Amino acid sequence: MKSLESLTNQEYKYGFRTEIEADIIPKGLSEETIRIISAKKNEPAWMLDFRLNAYRHWLKMEEPDWAHLRFPKIDYQDIIYYSAPKQAKPKLKSLDEVDPELLRTFDKLGLPLSEQKRLAGVAVDAVFDSVSVATTFKKDLLKHGVVFCSISEAMHDYPDLLRQYMGSVVPVTDNYFAALNSAVFTDGSFVYIPKGVKCPMELSTYFRINTEGSGQFERTIIIADEGSQVSYLEGCTAPQFDTNQLHAAVVELHAAKNANIKYSTVQNWFAGDPKTGKGGIYNFVTKRGRCAGENAKISWTQVETGSAITWKYPSCILEGDNSVGEFYSVALTNHLQQADTGTKMIHIGKNTKSTIISKGISAGKSSNSYRGLVSVKKSAEGARNFTQCDSMLIGGQCQANTFPYVDVANPSAQIEHEASTSKISEEQLFYFHQRGIGTEEAVSAIINGFCKDVFRELPGEFAVEATRLLGLKLENSVG
Amino acid sequence: MTTPILEVKDLHASVNDVEILKGISLTVNPGEVHAIMGPNGSGKSTLSKVLVGHPAFEVTSGEVLYQGKNLLELEPEARARAGVFLAFQYPVEVPGVNNAGFLRMAYNAKMVHEGKDELDPLEFEDLLAEKAKVVEMDPELLNNRSVNEGFSGGEKKRNEILQMAVLEPKLAVLDETDSGLDIDALRIVASGVNQLRTAENGMILVTHYQRLLNYIVPDFVHVLAEGRIIKSGGKELALELEEKGYDWLLEKAGLTAGQGA
Repeated sequence: MKSLESLTNQEYKYGFRTEIEADIIPKGLSEETIRIISAKKNEPAWMLDFRLNAYRHWLKMEEPDWAHLRFPKIDYQDIIYYSAPKQAKPKLKSLDEVDPELLRTFDKLGLPLSEQKRLAGVAVDAVFDSVSVATTFKKDLLKHGVVFCSISEAMHDYPDLLRQYMGSVVPVTDNYFAALNSAVFTDGSFVYIPKGVKCPMELSTYFRINTEGSGQFERTIIIADEGSQVSYLEGCTAPQFDTNQLHAAVVELHAAKNANIKYSTVQNWFAGDPKTGKGGIYNFVTKRGRCAGENAKISWTQVETGSAITWKYPSCILEGDNSVGEFYSVALTNHLQQADTGTKMIHIGKNTKSTIISKGISAGKSSNSYRGLVSVKKSAEGARNFTQCDSMLIGGQCQANTFPYVDVANPSAQIEHEASTSKISEEQLFYFHQRGIGTEEAVSAIINGFCKDVFRELPGEFAVEATRLLGLKLENSVG
Repeated sequence: MTTPILEVKDLHASVNDVEILKGISLTVNPGEVHAIMGPNGSGKSTLSKVLVGHPAFEVTSGEVLYQGKNLLELEPEARARAGVFLAFQYPVEVPGVNNAGFLRMAYNAKMVHEGKDELDPLEFEDLLAEKAKVVEMDPELLNNRSVNEGFSGGEKKRNEILQMAVLEPKLAVLDETDSGLDIDALRIVASGVNQLRTAENGMILVTHYQRLLNYIVPDFVHVLAEGRIIKSGGKELALELEEKGYDWLLEKAGLTAGQGA
């Protein structure tokens, strides 16, 4: 029988690099870098001011060190802040004008963009390094009043909306990585769902880092107006390089009265070399949603399987009375990966409700921490939270930690917290074996059982994808 | 002459370098039920686990043939698919894995091995409903519960026999299936086992007490002590043991009585 330590050595199948001519600016960060980025994107003056303001704040800030993560100091001057594949024309009229090499890349990633092959029912914005290369179903969505485009386009086509919401949920001064992103972000997706509209299809952004030494700093804004509904999914992969790459994103969600936003993530950035830990993505992400109106609902679902380091706390600010925040998370770490992830639920409105379900799976020599805050402000009469944090350990060299913070200023609040730690035991595996079931199928069944409360929150086919992904990630790590 | 289902020849096995089985020989022919009895610590459970390839035990010498082929070279899952089944003394709980789903995985693993079609959940549900009758299993425990999670001792044992009914093994080893059962549960489990007894398969019942053998009548009884079979006989041997205990046999075999903890 294979030992419990050997079931996690699946090769990273997205580790290829696309050979494509790119417009790359020299490494380094200064006001000049920011001016270059802004000029390349032909931005309005307010945008440049927003960036410079953020940069000046960032210079005064310190990199946070409170997370349960260990990594060498990041050299911010050793990063390429802008890399875009060269296109024949600056503004593409249709997908036919996209470089075939890029289309092939997204085909290979299982995300065909062309009219003939694209996924039915899912509109995709494809971001390659620093720019969005294509957005599918844009026109069809616009018929319903739904705006789905890159942030760069929004800057020109919907400047007022963008200006109103940019930085409104995650201020430029919020934290070190958010300030950095605000200064140097290059692209991302912009979504606006008008009043009373239920978005007719899934929206999805796929982030691909390609250039070695480059960072990806994307920004996503989703605005759901009164009574509207949208489900959005992001996916991410990157080639296999020996050097670490920084990914510092900011996502802002805005849900008005009775609006409902469901935001799902399947993160599969390159995790670094399984044995040496060399390379891999440093994933420092600020995601936050504001339930601004009554009965608004924001639901975060994340399946975090990649990255050398994950630092990420998708949060909800529950301002509107009766608004609802949810966080469903599966974080899997293997080999030398480290994750410090969780959520913040800030209860401000009356009878606001939040649910946190976190499932951490640690294998190999990895470290997996849940960190979460439930804060009930004085105004939040009748607020309720339910938190469940479960950890599963595979093998004896990994670690799982839980850091729950609770801060309650209203005595009527009801807060529940449950936590558990479990292990896949040799006896359980033997039981499966004795019934003729192989190690991989056994582990997959146990892990899927462990994660099912989260997987059932993912949109249809992505639940299957997530299940498959976890299986691949754990292949050969047990048994 | 038909090939025996199982031939154990001078089997020695140890755990953590301590020898537990010190030369066991045993032949099980189709249609036969063998009871292995003996005091605690005699090696009964070790024998069960060695037969199914539990990784904690190391076979140091001897031979085990299953339907004429070397059983010991097979991985545990391959032994299971080939028809060797162990009803565990202490079945583990597997939280999050649906009981019926688990049974279907096991069943389909066997189907794949035999080159037959796998059953989808609906087809399997029909098969399972039929098999559940063998041990009067509550459907609630099948469809809405995780494997053995929160099951009572009796429910766990019934679940083991249900798995046996689904998998229809050629060789079933029942390790202390009677332990921890009240009389009603014992009757149900025993009746389930009896229904699964055929002219083609073989069974080994490992038990401390003769009680089980009132319900499942064996063809042969073997007394195991300190890793060896010290006496074999027919079903009447069990009754003799019930009456006289093990000490007289141990003394006869030159082993110190009352030592087998």
